[in-house]
Amino acid sequence: MKKSVFVGAFAATALVAGMAQAQTLESIQDRGELNCGVSTGLAGFSAPDANGVWQGFDVAVCRAVAAAVLDDAMAVNFVPTTGQTRFSALASGEVDMLARNTTWTFTRDIDLNLTFVGVNYYDGQGFMVNRDLGVSSATELDGATVCIQTGTTTELNLADFFRSNGMEYEPVPIETNAEAQQQYLAGACDVYTTDVSGLAATRASFESPDAHVILPEVISKEPLGPVVRDGDKQWEGIVRWTLFALIAAEELGITSANVAEMAQGTDMPEVNRLLGTEGEFGAMLGLDSDWAVRAISAAGNYGEIFAANIGDQTPIGLARGLNALWTQGGLQYAMPFR
Amino acid sequence: MSNIESQTIAYVRDTMIPEQAPPLTEAGAIKWLRENLFSGWFNTVLTLLSLAVIWWSLAAIGPWLVNMVWNAGSLSECRRILDGTEGACFAVINDRWHQLLFGFYPSHLYWRPVLALVLLFVALAPILFTGLPRKMLIFSAIYPFLGYHLLWGGSIWLPISALLGFVAGAVAFLVVRKVNGLAAIFAAVLAPVFWWLFLAGPFDSAMSSVLPLGLEFVRSDRFGGFLISLVIGVTGISLSLPLGILLALGRQSDMVFVKSVCVIFIEFIRGVPLITLLFTASLLLNYFLPPGTSFDLILRVIIMVTLFAAAYMAEVVRGGLAALPKGQYEAADALGLDYWKAQRLIIMPQALKISIPGIVNTFIGLFKDTTLVVFIGLLDPIGLSNAIRASTDWQGIYWELFIFIGALFFIFCFGISRYSMYLERKLKTDHR
Repeated sequence: MKKSVFVGAFAATALVAGMAQAQTLESIQDRGELNCGVSTGLAGFSAPDANGVWQGFDVAVCRAVAAAVLDDAMAVNFVPTTGQTRFSALASGEVDMLARNTTWTFTRDIDLNLTFVGVNYYDGQGFMVNRDLGVSSATELDGATVCIQTGTTTELNLADFFRSNGMEYEPVPIETNAEAQQQYLAGACDVYTTDVSGLAATRASFESPDAHVILPEVISKEPLGPVVRDGDKQWEGIVRWTLFALIAAEELGITSANVAEMAQGTDMPEVNRLLGTEGEFGAMLGLDSDWAVRAISAAGNYGEIFAANIGDQTPIGLARGLNALWTQGGLQYAMPFR
Repeated sequence: MSNIESQTIAYVRDTMIPEQAPPLTEAGAIKWLRENLFSGWFNTVLTLLSLAVIWWSLAAIGPWLVNMVWNAGSLSECRRILDGTEGACFAVINDRWHQLLFGFYPSHLYWRPVLALVLLFVALAPILFTGLPRKMLIFSAIYPFLGYHLLWGGSIWLPISALLGFVAGAVAFLVVRKVNGLAAIFAAVLAPVFWWLFLAGPFDSAMSSVLPLGLEFVRSDRFGGFLISLVIGVTGISLSLPLGILLALGRQSDMVFVKSVCVIFIEFIRGVPLITLLFTASLLLNYFLPPGTSFDLILRVIIMVTLFAAAYMAEVVRGGLAALPKGQYEAADALGLDYWKAQRLIIMPQALKISIPGIVNTFIGLFKDTTLVVFIGLLDPIGLSNAIRASTDWQGIYWELFIFIGALFFIFCFGISRYSMYLERKLKTDHR
């Protein structure tokens, strides 16, 4: 049995070897399923629920793309990836896209031959301390013990921040967020530092969240966004403009509730272009004209996805902050559908 | 006589004094305590210290365990029920036990892995206990194919056609053996390969179109939790022992080529950490295979884990071989046995008996090492505990999950270890 699988794999090898990598859309449609790389579990962003159905903010991006491409938001095969395996899973074609809280940096974009299609969450590194310490600013943390995940950019940012402020600190290396919570609550460190969204999610799970404060300083930029492989412009465009469609929908007041109605045609030209009643935008992407309607119906517009997964009504309780629309003082800005 | 005594001795006791109870300090619980716990000032101090430690840990863990909550939908609900008191929230196990055991295996098909596990014990029984009827071994031989079909499903003709490959090998061996012994071995190897390469595929598709039988197909990426640990562990254990024995024999061989291949393989694998091999399986192979091919990740991991365990097994078995006195080999030669007969009848039974503790050690280590697959993104129990913790309901829960997972692993590893002690006692033939 093992051997026949092996043989099958090699037979398939010979068949597929000739095909170029550029046909991502076609191979997804043939497969009837989108392979989407997600985190193995990050509160609010991606996690399986009790029925094994993946939920979360990053997961919703995958579902929107699947809805646009395959007309079925559930036709996603979620591939859990770790920090080490994510890029090679994408580069080797095991997944079609990554929606896995991945920071857009120069080297990843250029050196790793990946394409970041946009930013679905603007994050940054922050600090959490016990309220009893009486610290109100990160510049008062001289001599503190700091719980820090090893081998991440947060470790380097932390060193930079303390050095440039002429302060000393003692690192307590930890491996995972869960371990960090235990260490921090047990008092092994005064300060826990990671991305602010992670801090908020961690604090929300404490028995008494009010006893801990997240300091106002944000010491790094962590723009997180979906990633695709270089070399397939069409697929890159589909993922990018699906993300933009979600953001533009919020801007234009299109929600999952009224999208069907607005798709009948409105007197706003940009809405019409987005929803396919005007122009041939779907066809230019290689999809039909209803692609954006389906993407928005999957889980709602950007604001709805945010509110349902990580917004202030959820246990995670994140404010929109930098992730508000540009019209409301944030950074979320969809390129025009024109 | 009594007359004389009555005259010379004033008083003679004519009945036995009833047996008296020993002094209080020399009997029962007090004696045991005195001898075992308070036999000197040093032991007394140690006893008191141990009591303090036990008391302290019970005081710390006791209330936490006593107040455990089993019915709640989330950690915050648990905390509401506990209302400020300390208590374990085992409701997470109640809510997610099926995920920790089966991963994302479709819930209406849970009976299949359960049946596969039960049948696994049936298949193992005749191998582990010699008292059972030998005919049960036939079922053991079929089990790998049956187990595969139960777990993955799909067309039933795939495992059957794979099984027929072995049948073809056996038939070829029996037919050619009448002509030439060495040719028979080649035929036994070549016939199945020929079958699998050229005939198995057409046979499979032909039979499937004529008689489409089979269970619903379940993809490998639906596997998770304890199921994945067991699949990797059991396959790795059952394949690594024969492979390890062959490698150990190869390492002692006089044939330079065989010997050097075995030595290089063993030393390479033992020199590389398992996690490196797992990363190779999950990442590097992807670059060699063209995009779009998915060579099943679980299969890749099983192969790597098996090779890894086989190298260790080879060294354990070599230890057993080295412990045998040279006279045993010479006796086998003197009896006129050929190499394989000598190995099968004289050398291996003794060498393996000596190596039982080492072999079982490797088995248990291999089984526990399966949790390393968490680093390549497979959702084994540890990986699932992270995923469960990432849901907003159960974020912040920690010990309860690890206690459950630890208990599951303990049951299996303890079972293996007890069996090995039973086997050692049973096979003990010396008079130490």
